[in-house]
Amino acid sequence: MRDEGAVMKKYKLRPCGDSAVTMVFGSGISPELNREVVRCLHALRRADVRGITELVPAYCSLTVHYDPLLLSYEELCGRINGLDCAEHAAEASSAELLTVPVCYGGQYGPDLASVAELCGMSEAEVVALHSAAEYLVYMLGFMPGFPYLGGMDERIAAPRLETPRVRIEAGSVGIAGKQTGIYPLASPGGWRIIGRTPLRLFDAASGETLCRAGMRLRFVPVSVEEFAELEASVC
Amino acid sequence: MLKVVSPGLLTTVQDDGRTGYQSRGVPVCGAMDRYALFAANILVGNDMNEPALEITALGPTLEFESANIFALAGGRFAAALDGAPLKPGRAYAAARGSVLTVGAAEDGFRAYVAVAGGLDAERVMGSAATCIAAGFGGYMGRALQTGDRIGMKAPRAWMSGMTRRETKLRYSAEPDIRVIMGPQDDLFSQRGKDIFLGSEYRLSGDCDRMGYRLDGRDIEYSPGNDGNIVSDGVAMGSVQVPSGKPIIMMADRQTIGGYAKIACVISADLPLLAQKRPGDSIRFREVSVMQAQESWRRLVRALRALEEDIAAEDIW
Repeated sequence: MRDEGAVMKKYKLRPCGDSAVTMVFGSGISPELNREVVRCLHALRRADVRGITELVPAYCSLTVHYDPLLLSYEELCGRINGLDCAEHAAEASSAELLTVPVCYGGQYGPDLASVAELCGMSEAEVVALHSAAEYLVYMLGFMPGFPYLGGMDERIAAPRLETPRVRIEAGSVGIAGKQTGIYPLASPGGWRIIGRTPLRLFDAASGETLCRAGMRLRFVPVSVEEFAELEASVC
Repeated sequence: MLKVVSPGLLTTVQDDGRTGYQSRGVPVCGAMDRYALFAANILVGNDMNEPALEITALGPTLEFESANIFALAGGRFAAALDGAPLKPGRAYAAARGSVLTVGAAEDGFRAYVAVAGGLDAERVMGSAATCIAAGFGGYMGRALQTGDRIGMKAPRAWMSGMTRRETKLRYSAEPDIRVIMGPQDDLFSQRGKDIFLGSEYRLSGDCDRMGYRLDGRDIEYSPGNDGNIVSDGVAMGSVQVPSGKPIIMMADRQTIGGYAKIACVISADLPLLAQKRPGDSIRFREVSVMQAQESWRRLVRALRALEEDIAAEDIW
């Protein structure tokens, strides 16, 4: 069936098997495209369509998972095409700003020195550039609570470690290429770890995550003492 | 309680997966073969998606510390209860102290042990599926080990209609696995798509709950493209092609993927895939979304018919 609605809309609809459909808004990474995604996410959530089981935002697409016993492919496309996502522009653009306290360097940031060296600057300069930016959370994925962040200054880009670590502690803030992120759970990994946050990015019991697609985020440097205080209050 | 005398190769508590949290990066997990999970539960009078034990290749040995009714459904394993051989797809009564030895898979690769009243498993975010990667859900977020004891919520020594609690799980013997093309099939050349749909692929030794890596002919991309895409959502059965060879995303897959997906296996054929073992060959066959959804409906109708049949009252 032709999805005629999409001709006027800003997306293409593609089946992802028989129980998911992906709304494709573009093929690049930009805050504008991501706002489209988040807008439609809000619109679909509000519409509360019976049979839709999940809405998974990504950089420039939204995957709608559904139960084919409750909703056929044609019915779902009809519902999607009938939405007015522009209604939700306000929700998408007034997105929350999350501040994340980070203790940079020392025992919490074993790779801060190597990043500084690779980028030809001091550790303090790396910290300044990392914490000056306002980041956009494009989506969560890879592991529970893990935010894909956009907006890192390219001057502090550094390649992954040649030999990944066996264990990176939860809360570790790292750099891998041009990306920066925060490990929500202890895991092996090859990111260069420049600091750690005492905040919990993911709570399995409740399913709560600190970050959400469309959120803005800033890192705020804190001292070792402040880190200890915050860590105690989080537990 | 059900005591684990020996754990088998990979035995985990699974239901039909954790839905509603993929946008938070939480994988769905759940049964690799939902058809067998649903059947096992129906045989013992449970809701279809009640948590059960998923068994892989070599099954566990379990001791029933309380009497209960159980069923083993899926592939055919060399199973025995107190030494007496068991038929797959049938409910049996285990006495207190009975020992169930699931044994090795003789036909197929996975099966499910469901107990009447269900397992007392850790529900996290609404599901008892085990998320091995993040370590939560099911039984302590991990595969079973010797000495583990799993609670049974409502064990019972007998159930009515035991002679009706039997079914033949007929898996297709065809090597065909039906797929819906896309969402990134446009990144592949016509020749690439023809290769994908026309060749035989073999399950490599690198096949697990996260994904199945296949051996076979390389799939060609369209000019200017390679296997990389801007990361997007994936579904169970999505066939990613990072660099020529296909990888089928399975139950424990991550929620977001950065590789081109040429097609997606249909829901009704995922149970067939779950019963394949390393070395087995498959071929992909294209179907429409409508055909795929009709096949799934047919599968669920058959299970509902079994449920009704078991629940029917005896005439005599």
